Amino acid sequence: MATEFVARGADLELVGIRKEFPGFVAIENLDLKIPAGEFFALLGPSGCGKTTTLRLVAGLDSPTKGKILIGNKDVTTDKPHERPVNTVFQNYALFPHMSVLDNVAFGIKQRKVSDPMPKALEALKLVELEHLAQRRPAQLSGGQQQRVALARALVNRPSLLLLDEPLGALDLKLRRQMQVELKAIQMEVGLTFLHVTHDQEEAMDMADTVAVMNKGRIEQMGAPETLYERPKTIFVSKFLGQSNLFVGDVAESNSDSVSINVAGNKITVPTKRAEKTTGKIAIGVRPEKATFHEDQAPTSAAGLNIIGPGEIIDIRFTGVSNQYLIEIPQIGKVTVFAQNVGKSPVTELGAKVWVSWKVEHSFGLSDLPAENGEGK
Amino acid sequence: MSKFSLGKYLLPTYTILAFVFLMIPIAYTFIFSFNDPFKNTTGWQGFTFKNWTGVCNNIDVCLAFGNSLLIATIATIVSTILGTMLAIAVTRYEFKFRSATNLLLFLPLATPEVVMGAGLAAQFLNVGIPKGIGTVIVAHILFTLSFVVVTVKARIATLDPKLEEAGRDLYAPPVQVFAKITLPLLLPGIMAAALLAFALSFDDYIITAFNSGTEVTFPKYVFAAAVRGIPPEANVIGSAVFIFAIALVLVFQISGAMRSKALAKKN
Ligand SMILES: Nc1ncnc2c1ncn2[C@@H]1O[C@H](COP(=O)(O)OP(=O)(O)OP(=O)(O)O)[C@@H](O)[C@H]1O
Ligand SMILES: [Mg+2]
Repeated sequence: MATEFVARGADLELVGIRKEFPGFVAIENLDLKIPAGEFFALLGPSGCGKTTTLRLVAGLDSPTKGKILIGNKDVTTDKPHERPVNTVFQNYALFPHMSVLDNVAFGIKQRKVSDPMPKALEALKLVELEHLAQRRPAQLSGGQQQRVALARALVNRPSLLLLDEPLGALDLKLRRQMQVELKAIQMEVGLTFLHVTHDQEEAMDMADTVAVMNKGRIEQMGAPETLYERPKTIFVSKFLGQSNLFVGDVAESNSDSVSINVAGNKITVPTKRAEKTTGKIAIGVRPEKATFHEDQAPTSAAGLNIIGPGEIIDIRFTGVSNQYLIEIPQIGKVTVFAQNVGKSPVTELGAKVWVSWKVEHSFGLSDLPAENGEGK
Repeated sequence: MSKFSLGKYLLPTYTILAFVFLMIPIAYTFIFSFNDPFKNTTGWQGFTFKNWTGVCNNIDVCLAFGNSLLIATIATIVSTILGTMLAIAVTRYEFKFRSATNLLLFLPLATPEVVMGAGLAAQFLNVGIPKGIGTVIVAHILFTLSFVVVTVKARIATLDPKLEEAGRDLYAPPVQVFAKITLPLLLPGIMAAALLAFALSFDDYIITAFNSGTEVTFPKYVFAAAVRGIPPEANVIGSAVFIFAIALVLVFQISGAMRSKALAKKN
């Protein structure tokens, strides 16, 4: 593989970024630091400002306020062609009047790198498309176009590679394969990747750090496991996986644990896993961390949250696990995943059950669900 | 299938008739370019190649043709360049009076040629510019400009701005982006605009008549000559231009077909 013109990855830092479009604030106040060589995923729902953020970093738009630093150099006013950044665009943006090979060679030719063509061919090999080098982009499938776009950016070995949902058009198999390859490339050349996606699995699978973005703000940022195990806001707890949330006033609070009272049920969270310890708070648990018990309530024990009884109102078989939806009076609906290991305790609709989970699996959130929400 | 089918007979008949109707004047011109101009030019006198081999024996026709070529070439080049820049400006940039500019650019298309021709002539008279080839060129640039803008604008509308952004992202400074991406992608539209401008300028009579003074262009010559009967040399030039245009179209079509065939084979 071509290694002689490798640039090292560089830090990216966004300081107090704000972006306004006429009559619309796309990004309110964004602070972000990505260390060199990291695979960073920006995850968020459609329209939350992911593409806008990438465009600001690439220099295609300029921020209304704030600073952008790449490798500790302020590039806020630099033109796109002056920044050591390349983008894989959301809709590829391949040059239709050039062959695939010329597309890939465009950047290195502009920078007057020696031997552009062999290097471009090398990059095409990386994405397994060297046999289509002479075709026009219009003669490729969507997935192939996406790989050309990837090669066209990668060949430049930019200090910072921006990927705007680069795998969106690929089928699942190719997508997995490209994920592995992307990750391998990133590790091998040590580039900094800023990868935008709305596929949470992809983000958690590939990234060293995931930032969850919502309405132009970063809601939470951290290692994928941390984000999953300890979401801090309602939005993150819902956006990354599923959550059962319970809202109530704090009844007890000490240095070990915080408990709330929900319709007579005591739900406890370790203090170090709670964002808020006073007033009305929301406590959540992941469906796979909860179990349910038939016939009688489990004996209450320290370190166990027990709610119920409720009624199973829906059962879904998803293959690896069964999903039970349980309606508990005054609390609402609770989802429980039970691994499909052939000894599921109950499979009947309408069964009367109690739900329990370990206190250490609870997480306390900093905000409350929107008012219309029932137990959720 | 004994039932009478409208599509099977009527449509082809109608199409053939329409085609014949369209082709008759051209065929007439072509045939009469071989007419031996023994005494007069209105009737068929006999077949000859003399008109084709000695087309410039009638020096007036050739001079007029040369003038028209010169005018059309200069007018096309200038109005294509100006028009392309204008089209890019009004579609890509925000500026004050942009919509007004758009409207004004469209206006000449709707203005009767007589009005434009006469208006221009009056202006040239006002500022004391003597009429001649120069004034005709200016007039032609003026009236072809709107056509160029409209044609190129249509092409720009299909151009994805993301492509230029991709170019900028790939280290190309603005001039390179324009040369390597914008211009090549607009080229089909610009070529079409240039061809249109050339054709419009080449056969314009009305505006030319108002602004050319004593200079003679090909349409002006034919128009004047038609009173007495068109000289066969004019028919030769008319036919030659027609054949040239058809050949041009054919070359484009065939090369396009060959290219896609070659690609199909490669895959
Ligand atoms: N040029 C613009 N003018 C006005 N509003 C814009 C412009 N570009 C984007 N927006 C708005 O800014 C918001 C963020 O857009 P952005 O493209 O960054 O979303 P995104 O997170 O990339 O979404 P997706 O996942 O659908 O690609 C959207 O609400 C969008 O409507
Ligand atoms: Mg986007």
